Amino acid sequence: MSLLNVSDLHASVVTDDGPQPILKGLTLEVKPGEVHAIMGPNGSGKSTLANVLSGRPGYIVDSGTATLNGQGLLELEPFERAQLGLFLAFQYPVEIPGVSNMEFLKASIDSLARARGEEQPNTATFMKQVRELAGSLDLDPAFLKRGVNEGFSGGEKKRNEIMQLLLLQPKLALLDETDSGLDIDALKVVAEGVNRYRSAENGVVLITHYQRLLDYIVPDFVHVLSNGKIIESGDKSLALELEAKGYAWLT
Amino acid sequence: MSNSSVDDLVEAGSEYHAGFVTDVESETLPPGLDESVVRYISAQKKEPEWLTEWRLKAFAQWQEMREPKWAHVHYPPINFQDISYYSAPKSQTDGPRSLDEVDPELLRTYEKLGIPLHEQAALAGVVPDPAAIGTPAGANVAVDVVFDSVSIATTFKETLAEAGVIFCPISEAVHSHPELVQRYLGSVIPQRDNYYAALNSAVFSDGSFVYIPKGVRCPMELSTYFRINERNTGQFERTLIIADEGSHVSYLEGCTAPMRDENQLHAAVVELVAMGDAQIKYSTVQNWYPGDENGKGGIYNFVTKRGVCAGSRAKISWTQVETGSAITWKYPSVVLRGDDSVGEFYSVALTNNRQQADTGTKMIHMGKNTKSTIVSKGISAGGSENCYRGLVRISPTAHNARNFTQCDSLLIGDQCGAHTFPYIENKNNSATIEHEASTSKVSDDQLFACQQRGIETEQAVSMIVNGFCKEVFRELPMEFAVEAGKLLEVSLEGAVG
Repeated sequence: MSLLNVSDLHASVVTDDGPQPILKGLTLEVKPGEVHAIMGPNGSGKSTLANVLSGRPGYIVDSGTATLNGQGLLELEPFERAQLGLFLAFQYPVEIPGVSNMEFLKASIDSLARARGEEQPNTATFMKQVRELAGSLDLDPAFLKRGVNEGFSGGEKKRNEIMQLLLLQPKLALLDETDSGLDIDALKVVAEGVNRYRSAENGVVLITHYQRLLDYIVPDFVHVLSNGKIIESGDKSLALELEAKGYAWLT
Repeated sequence: MSNSSVDDLVEAGSEYHAGFVTDVESETLPPGLDESVVRYISAQKKEPEWLTEWRLKAFAQWQEMREPKWAHVHYPPINFQDISYYSAPKSQTDGPRSLDEVDPELLRTYEKLGIPLHEQAALAGVVPDPAAIGTPAGANVAVDVVFDSVSIATTFKETLAEAGVIFCPISEAVHSHPELVQRYLGSVIPQRDNYYAALNSAVFSDGSFVYIPKGVRCPMELSTYFRINERNTGQFERTLIIADEGSHVSYLEGCTAPMRDENQLHAAVVELVAMGDAQIKYSTVQNWYPGDENGKGGIYNFVTKRGVCAGSRAKISWTQVETGSAITWKYPSVVLRGDDSVGEFYSVALTNNRQQADTGTKMIHMGKNTKSTIVSKGISAGGSENCYRGLVRISPTAHNARNFTQCDSLLIGDQCGAHTFPYIENKNNSATIEHEASTSKVSDDQLFACQQRGIETEQAVSMIVNGFCKEVFRELPMEFAVEAGKLLEVSLEGAVG
């Protein structure tokens, strides 16, 4: 049984000049335990895939289906998709002034617990867990009291996303260019976080521009996205080949 | 007010939770206003002659005045002859002596409003059980409840009396402390200050009176809870707080009203006097009925609030969270007369549906080295209109005065309006005046970031709005801050489709 199943997905982005088709028949299957890397040139539709699957406003699904554990995603509200276990690590994490990280994380974990019909975690235990996680990702625990991403450096924002991933333990993680703008040390911390998250039950879709990240997070599959479609799939050697030759030989 | 009260008010979802009507037998004057009504009210309260005369003078002045039209609010003309100017629960006339004698409907009202039982007993005028006084839950807040036109009762009077603090209905203070009332009533807000203040001066029914003696730090939070119950009545309460030299007091005010199709008028006056080195912190959570989503009904909240820092190093701090009322017209102000005195105004005003708010403050600097801070957070949702209107005046005598104003507006949706009218009058070139303003929208990106972590849309909006208001909520007494946040949540329901 597949965890994520995307079938013949066509989607457009809403622009001032009307909808522009971006995804043009994308098909992808992720089974539990698998890590899939999606690579491709700028404008190929990598981020659109992440945004359409998670339900970001500003996109239109023209046709096709996407399911998580057999449940249709595309007609659900964004928060319902999250409650089903879909997680998007943002390329550009947004600032929410005045809302502390701790408060935000508690609201999130409580909502997810409620949706699963589970009891909300005890606040003291929860705070301890969050502080430990933050420490393990080289984040100063003082940052938990600050507003969500308020005044964070690029690296801190990305590590914050990974901390949320580890805390919320979703079924499927979509990582949208999480490696962009990271120096090598931060990249290692982020990669280590993702590797900690990997398990036989959950899946990862890694959207990235560079093969560099794949030295640290070894994917089971690599797909090349071009003009809204997957045009080539292979194992991790494909990423190395892309690094050497660029995308031109495929398109 | 107790810890749980506003909590209870807000937890019950999208309906205005405090909108119930209490079915108590009341003595209500027929609608209409003339000199005889003023005399009747004064007679009901067995007032001394000076006060009757004071009211009549105010009434005469009011008759010559015109309703102010400069505010950015719109409403049909008010017919002041359609309003009843006095209403009192009948059972209070004789004064119940035990809990059994208290009108059970009245007790149920307190219960619904979440006022703890031992306080209910105390409120109803029953001698409180000494054991109950010792319980920490209710012991840190003394409450005065004003139901329509009369003060029902005040709790913890004895405990306060030990500290020398006077906290009682103003109608009682007129008799028990006439010299204080006569000296300070109207000393900050003269009878003819403005149209509504003049009306209030003529017909004010009741309210709270506070006196903190020299050097005393009031042992508990003081709180007044205002409720309009009767149909077609106006509420005209009057609050007077005097903090003598070196004293401290923190005062909380909460308001609710039943849901009615007609508009009701609330025209209160609050006067604060802080002597040298005294500090007054006045916090309001205003949740008068705002009307329905089409703008039918709701309270017209036309209120005059002003404090004077009469002595050196005095400090007055206003914190308000305004979520209710169909129309709000309110500018809690500080006159900084004493040298080195400090005035603060922290405000969150939220409007939704068809609500209109024109609110802000006036900081009048007169003394040397006086300092004022204004932080205003306006949130507009639905089809509402939200205005900040503020005046900073630096008089020629106010050397080295400083003002900092920060004025932020947050818009939710595209049908609402936010307006800022800052007035600055500077007559002393040693002054430092800073003004910062911003207008922002709850962004789709912020909302999506919350939703992507499983947080439902309405909770996400309220979390973002709460974050926006954090600087003001920080100023509220602890328990009020949590409640204010929840109140925003309820007031925002339906704001995002």
